[in-house]
Amino acid sequence: MIAVFMEIRDGKIKKSSLEALSEAKRRAGELGVEAAAVLVGGAVGSLAPGAFALGAAKVFVVENGSLADYSSQAYALALAEFVGQAKPAALFFAATAMGRDLAPRVAARLGAGLASDCVKIAVKAGALEFTRPIYAGKAFLSLTLKSTPKLATLRPNMFPLGEAVPGAGAVVKLDVAIPDGAVKGRVSGIIKEDSAEVDVAEADVVVSGGRGLKGPENFALLRDLAAVFPRAAVGASRSAVDSGWIGHPHQVGQTGKTVSPDLYVAVGISGAIQHLAGMSSSKVIVAVNKDAEAPIFKVADYGIVGDLFEVVPRLKDELKKALAE
Amino acid sequence: MNILVFVKRVPDTESRIRIQHETKSIVEDGLNFVVSPYDEYAVEEALKLREAKGGTVRVISVGRDEAVVVLRKCLAMGADEAFLVKDDSPETYDGLRTARIIARAVERKFAGTDLLLFGKQSVGADNSQVPAMVAELLGLPQATVVTKLEIDGPSATALREIEGGMEKVVLSLPAVVTAQKGLNEPRYETLKGIMAAKKKDIPVVKLEELGLGPDELASQVEVVGLDVPAQRQAGKILQGDPAEAARELVRLLRDEAKVI
Repeated sequence: MIAVFMEIRDGKIKKSSLEALSEAKRRAGELGVEAAAVLVGGAVGSLAPGAFALGAAKVFVVENGSLADYSSQAYALALAEFVGQAKPAALFFAATAMGRDLAPRVAARLGAGLASDCVKIAVKAGALEFTRPIYAGKAFLSLTLKSTPKLATLRPNMFPLGEAVPGAGAVVKLDVAIPDGAVKGRVSGIIKEDSAEVDVAEADVVVSGGRGLKGPENFALLRDLAAVFPRAAVGASRSAVDSGWIGHPHQVGQTGKTVSPDLYVAVGISGAIQHLAGMSSSKVIVAVNKDAEAPIFKVADYGIVGDLFEVVPRLKDELKKALAE
Repeated sequence: MNILVFVKRVPDTESRIRIQHETKSIVEDGLNFVVSPYDEYAVEEALKLREAKGGTVRVISVGRDEAVVVLRKCLAMGADEAFLVKDDSPETYDGLRTARIIARAVERKFAGTDLLLFGKQSVGADNSQVPAMVAELLGLPQATVVTKLEIDGPSATALREIEGGMEKVVLSLPAVVTAQKGLNEPRYETLKGIMAAKKKDIPVVKLEELGLGPDELASQVEVVGLDVPAQRQAGKILQGDPAEAARELVRLLRDEAKVI
């Protein structure tokens, strides 16, 4: 069985967890085993249909009042208990803030190997082979894991979401005791950013700005452009972040986030090697820059050489028209 | 308070990575090695906490002799002591192996620590595994990817970055915290600090001293391939009238690239 931890935010299963489940279903099919989902929380059993719809044969439900708020310690305990009882061959997580926080704890508890931030998973000679970027994507490492189970976190936006088809399967409830004193840290609150903007790592479209924007106020141009798309985010180069024009959560590159959206639009970004590392796996790259020699044009599928202040507003208008059709 | 900071020696972010295919490893010749950038935020946070609350800041690196250079930089920034846990094995990309070494070193050599600080990931292996694994092995709570940390007596409150916002985590000490960019602005070494750091002894902890068995030191990871990505081909460049270029770009995105 390949099991997938379902991350729940705002009472819903995260899209990136459903992507991971879709991938588990595909690879499990090749291995001739089942895919399963694991729901952990206070009262989460009602979310099982979402996992069945993507092909989970079983949904394991670990409910406990002390799991209502996320705690890496308590969740690791719950998942280790699940592994002990259900004995999956592999356990996948989405490589989100929670998945990256939790998966290593589970791996350490089980003494199992973990492949972080995978962008590709294959079955070779009956074994799972994981491919993941290192040096923020300047190189790619393929590896196998010797342990059972094999743990992996899967990068959001890299694995296609399967088609949801209403389905049903077995719901298996597991009891987990969380001893008093075993949990010494937990989440006490979440502070949302003002905007309802999606995170750059999860967006389908990323519109990024660099030094060519000349100042923080001009990021408004990029926000307007991003607003044309349904799931778009504003990104930035390191120099824009280091100049204080926009917060670090928006930084794309080796000391920021590595992104792989369907469309990446680099505006006024020259294309330093550490920025290119973070966005070169985007499906389509567009660059707007006044310098025809800028390195960004070497990786761009489409480029406009011109003044971004003239190009971007017109691009927004044209995109609006095209998307309205 | 007694703080341990764990640092790693990595190629700087300007590095162009080349592969040695026979050994499935990175070519190190010509690379410029530095303290992994996120680890610098961890060192700075430790120094700030010591300034506010007293105590000691000890910096530890697991690796080959060359790691002494990055330890010296941390001493020059102001750390009290530095230790090298000597591990000559090549990069395994297995976080658990490193985490076991660190956890055992903490138990055997650095008991009485209040806070274990790490960078949120090493710039290179990009695993983001070791700190949380160390926390689990030692039974400590953790806050990863932290941009704000407050210590109040026996507990800590951390803000950690999550998708579209921040998560507030309350921890009892001792605890593991990993630093994200934005936590602070790392200081530069002073000349005085550099001179003092040169004179300091950096004790070496041998792997054998930690009493780890061969199973615990075996890597769970088998590297089956290592490669650089195929170079993207430069695409179509549009010049001239901005309005026309924008119109043509949108047509290409719709009809050719089919992304809109």
